[in-house]
Amino acid sequence: MRYLPHTPEEIAAMLATIGAPNLDGLFDTVPTDCRMTGSWSLPAPKNEWELNEHMRALASAMQTNNRTKVLVGAGSYQHHIPETVRNLASRSEFLTAYTPYQPEMAQGTLQGIFEYQTLTARLLGVDVVNASMYDGASALAEALLMGLRIAKKHKRVAVSKAIHPHYRAVVRAYLQPAGFEVVELEFLASGRTDLSGLADLDDLAAVALQSPNFFGVIEDLEGSGTAIHGVGALFVTCFTEPLAYGLLRNPGSCGADIVCGEGQSFGIAPSFGGPGLGMFGCKEPFTRNLPGRLVGETKDLEGRRGYVLTLATREQHIRREKATSNICSNQGICALTAAMYLASLGGTGIRQLARLNHDKTQYLLNSLVKAGARRLFGGPVFNEFVVEFPADFRPARERLLAENIVAGLDLGALYPELADCYLFCVTEMISKQTMDTIAAEVGA
Amino acid sequence: MKELEELHLPDDIRYTDEHEWARITGDTVRIGVSDYAQDQLGDIVFVELPAIGDSFAKGDEFGTLESVKAVSELYMPMSGKVVAVNTALTDSPELINQEPYGAWIVEIKPADSSEYEQLFSAATYLDLLQG
Repeated sequence: MRYLPHTPEEIAAMLATIGAPNLDGLFDTVPTDCRMTGSWSLPAPKNEWELNEHMRALASAMQTNNRTKVLVGAGSYQHHIPETVRNLASRSEFLTAYTPYQPEMAQGTLQGIFEYQTLTARLLGVDVVNASMYDGASALAEALLMGLRIAKKHKRVAVSKAIHPHYRAVVRAYLQPAGFEVVELEFLASGRTDLSGLADLDDLAAVALQSPNFFGVIEDLEGSGTAIHGVGALFVTCFTEPLAYGLLRNPGSCGADIVCGEGQSFGIAPSFGGPGLGMFGCKEPFTRNLPGRLVGETKDLEGRRGYVLTLATREQHIRREKATSNICSNQGICALTAAMYLASLGGTGIRQLARLNHDKTQYLLNSLVKAGARRLFGGPVFNEFVVEFPADFRPARERLLAENIVAGLDLGALYPELADCYLFCVTEMISKQTMDTIAAEVGA
Repeated sequence: MKELEELHLPDDIRYTDEHEWARITGDTVRIGVSDYAQDQLGDIVFVELPAIGDSFAKGDEFGTLESVKAVSELYMPMSGKVVAVNTALTDSPELINQEPYGAWIVEIKPADSSEYEQLFSAATYLDLLQG
């Protein structure tokens, strides 16, 4: 049933009341070149079997089958999703309301979010984690806006060029129209961020690093934090691969004030690049500047445990234009899935899985170097690294693609200066046999 | 909430239309919020204080009060530099509800003492509230 509640008479009466000549008149403030005026260029309707055939043809043009081994990473990771998580997360009662609008009625939903916040806070080493945001990129933009709110009078932030290029594009889209300046910090031969110019940047509210960064290199977070705090700025860290913290010291314990990133690795399929999970947390003194929703634990009148949305005075339905964010929602099902994933693996499982990712990555890196590739950056890595090959790698990559192996990402499109350098990622899903196949092609 | 006649509005301090009060204490001025403001806000749960040394012009926002139902900005009744903040409010923001005229929020060194005379007397402030 089409839900069109207004009759033409009612629409005419409403237009007359507000003084608009017609429906298009409502959009006069939108520049004409941003409005579509012609008709939709759509193909003819299809029946159900024709549509199925069309979708099948689209799907077969892509590497969506389980046979394809993806060694790309770059913000999206092919990890095993335990059947427990897949089964629990697909229960239909979790797939209804994405954020509760009569929250305290939905105690189960709130408890799920609370568990997610608790597990994530422990993993990242922060005091408080919100109910989640859209994805890692928007979480980073919100983190920098939060830094600017805390620093009040400063108008400038610095971000490492080793942060995911898409994340930096989202940061610019959020900050620049609001009158803030985004400075980019170069990376060194080690692949780590060059912080030597920080002292020359005045008016700095916050500095953001990613670790492991886009090149897979683990930043010296503790040393960087000291340098960043030394110039009076807040220390923001982000991540695309939170599994790394199963093995590495977490950002909170390295001095990060605000920690954010993408949680897709935790039980969420890469799909076509989304939906993701924006993880976002901070240290306690900054709680009231946190964007997004927050669930707290409390007791009811009879002393029973219960869950409530808390510190809602930060949010836009109360705070209006002074709200800490325009986000008044969360990625409910993705956050719940991540909580299920973390609970399924447990602390020991996360550590073992992180170790497995790291060790397999070292195996491929060593095999490629033995086959003649050159490791581009000297800094330590987790499950991603960058290499360049002695000869054109494209023919070998094409041959591997024919064997359902996606061997790395050419960085030229994202970093012109790194053309013909390839970013590789190895997760637990990649077998020794697959890695040997790649090394053999390189050596061939 | 209180009826306007029930409000406590001392005569020895001055008020603003944003419901702050100012009291001269030697060569400094203490600033808080009126009985009307605390009554309208309800239980205050958090006070965001400026830093000592911050300078503000008259009318500038210098902090926020958060109650269980709203957040309100605090505006400077007079220009000046912050010389002290009432840190007792960090742990006990409810002091503002209990003693709105004892629980000062900031103490400033005024840039122009004559600005005090431009503020409302208790009687004028009450007239303003009664509309």
